[in-house]
Amino acid sequence: MRWNWEWRVANVVVRFFSRVGAPLTDAIVKFGFACRFFVAVLRHTPTSLLRFSLTLREIWFAGVLSVLIIGVSGLFVGMVLALQGYDTLVRFGASSSLGILVALSLVRELGPVVGALLFASRAGSAITAEIGLMKATEQLAAMEMMAVNPIARVVAPKFWGGVISMPLLAAMFSAMGIFGGYLIGVQLLGLDAGSFWNQMQSQVDFRLDVLNGVIKSAFFGIAVSLIAVFEGFDAAPTAEGVSHATTRTVVTSALVILALDFVLTAFMFRGA
Amino acid sequence: MSDALVQFDQVRFAYGDAPVISDVSLSVARGQVVAVMGGSGSGKTTLLRMIGGQLRASAGTVWVDGEDMGGLGEAALYERRKKLGLLFQFGALFTDLSVFDNVAFPLRERTNLPEALVRDLVLMKLQAVGLRGAAQLMPNELSGGMARRVALARAIALDPQVMLYDEPFTGLDPISLTTIGSLIRELNDALGAASIVVTHDVAESLAIVDYVYFLAGGRMIAEGTPEAVKASEDPFVRQFIRGEKDGPVPFHKPAADYALELGVARG
Ligand SMILES: Nc1ncnc2c1ncn2[C@@H]1O[C@H](COP(=O)(O)OP(=O)(O)OP(=O)(O)O)[C@@H](O)[C@H]1O
Ligand SMILES: [Mg+2]
Repeated sequence: MRWNWEWRVANVVVRFFSRVGAPLTDAIVKFGFACRFFVAVLRHTPTSLLRFSLTLREIWFAGVLSVLIIGVSGLFVGMVLALQGYDTLVRFGASSSLGILVALSLVRELGPVVGALLFASRAGSAITAEIGLMKATEQLAAMEMMAVNPIARVVAPKFWGGVISMPLLAAMFSAMGIFGGYLIGVQLLGLDAGSFWNQMQSQVDFRLDVLNGVIKSAFFGIAVSLIAVFEGFDAAPTAEGVSHATTRTVVTSALVILALDFVLTAFMFRGA
Repeated sequence: MSDALVQFDQVRFAYGDAPVISDVSLSVARGQVVAVMGGSGSGKTTLLRMIGGQLRASAGTVWVDGEDMGGLGEAALYERRKKLGLLFQFGALFTDLSVFDNVAFPLRERTNLPEALVRDLVLMKLQAVGLRGAAQLMPNELSGGMARRVALARAIALDPQVMLYDEPFTGLDPISLTTIGSLIRELNDALGAASIVVTHDVAESLAIVDYVYFLAGGRMIAEGTPEAVKASEDPFVRQFIRGEKDGPVPFHKPAADYALELGVARG
């Protein structure tokens, strides 16, 4: 009986490790594939940038078509920021600093982060679904057989379309947000327009605030675009596979954006 | 090497542990049209994918125009594929491009021809498959048979030296069937190419090909010229040519005992 008991424990331990280990090794293998894939995309980048019309088409789909949702969201976020910020600032008699608060929050943080989250769910998912469906219907295989490399023809333009669009969309988010803050702060709450803009101008530093925000959104753009094209390319060639891949794009992007945001902010904080 | 454009030497292939191709040897010379026949799941599509270098042999060698497809790096593989044209079993048209742009795709991607010339070439290819009138349609507006003919036009757009057709006759009405059959033959003769036609259509293919291979369970079990095949006493060949139900070729994929699986018998 003693033997039996030990055997059972051993069995449980082994099962535990294979349960925990299998997804872990799968994840590591997948990460390895993603890195190799990234290198392949970079290697085929010159072709896609030389034929810029391909990338331009993707900027249209990923970027231009996201302008509406990004702009409207930015406007609302800015208006909420102004309302909440005013509520706090007025307790310290600092309501004239509302412009600074709104602008800094947006430019340093909310523009890049919320912009990237919206971009991942609006454009990233679409990129994954399109590439995944092309794979499932053998369109990518057909392209390969025509001696046209799908990474150069399809993947790299989509990747760069996303990378180029992201900082522009984040900037647009921030601009619309600041405008929203102005609407609430100056038009609704009656702050002085002159000091609103003036303080914002003198306190928002180009390098430390604006440029760092742009750097963040550039990183997010690379991360989201890479995740989107990779998940599409890696999708199981079935309807279910494509739907799972699309979900994974949105979930993974969100986690990566937030984690990356922490790391980048930490670095920028030390540098400031 | 002889003047064989495509040659298999004792080729094997397996998906995981399941062998799909076992010790297959075949050769297709310049000017030849060869048919590969065999039941569903016998490995015909797999064979074509190995010629295209999308699957690699686990043993043996696949030669295409004197070069070993298994030993090529990525760049060399793409270079080699320029000699190939593959008609996919399910067409694989680009769904976001019109019929015209689908056929123009290889021309635009691989050549620097002026747009006017591309247009003429595309219309000629579409005319050959009888679909010039469908040039402006999108793939989702085509019937199944039309889609395969467009895919055929796209596959032959660059006049490849080796043409691979994966079931070009399925879903075609009798008129298009004979037309496409003679198109395959004429194209091959005009270009001095080599063609492999994977098909179930015994009558049509025996009329146009020079040689026939029979594949069953991943093995080449018979081969011969159409005349020899028609006269053959080989039980497998006879069964296949005449479409008989009983014979050496099983209709069923190997499985557990039917009665057992349905639970009406005890093991
Ligand atoms: N991606 C895959 N993974 C695992 N097994 C596969 C895969 N593709 C094909 N197979 C198996 O390989 C065998 C040969 O498939 P193949 O597609 O070459 O058949 P085929 O001769 O073209 O059949 P059909 O005439 O029905 O098109 C089949 O038994 C199939 O189950
Ligand atoms: Mg097949």
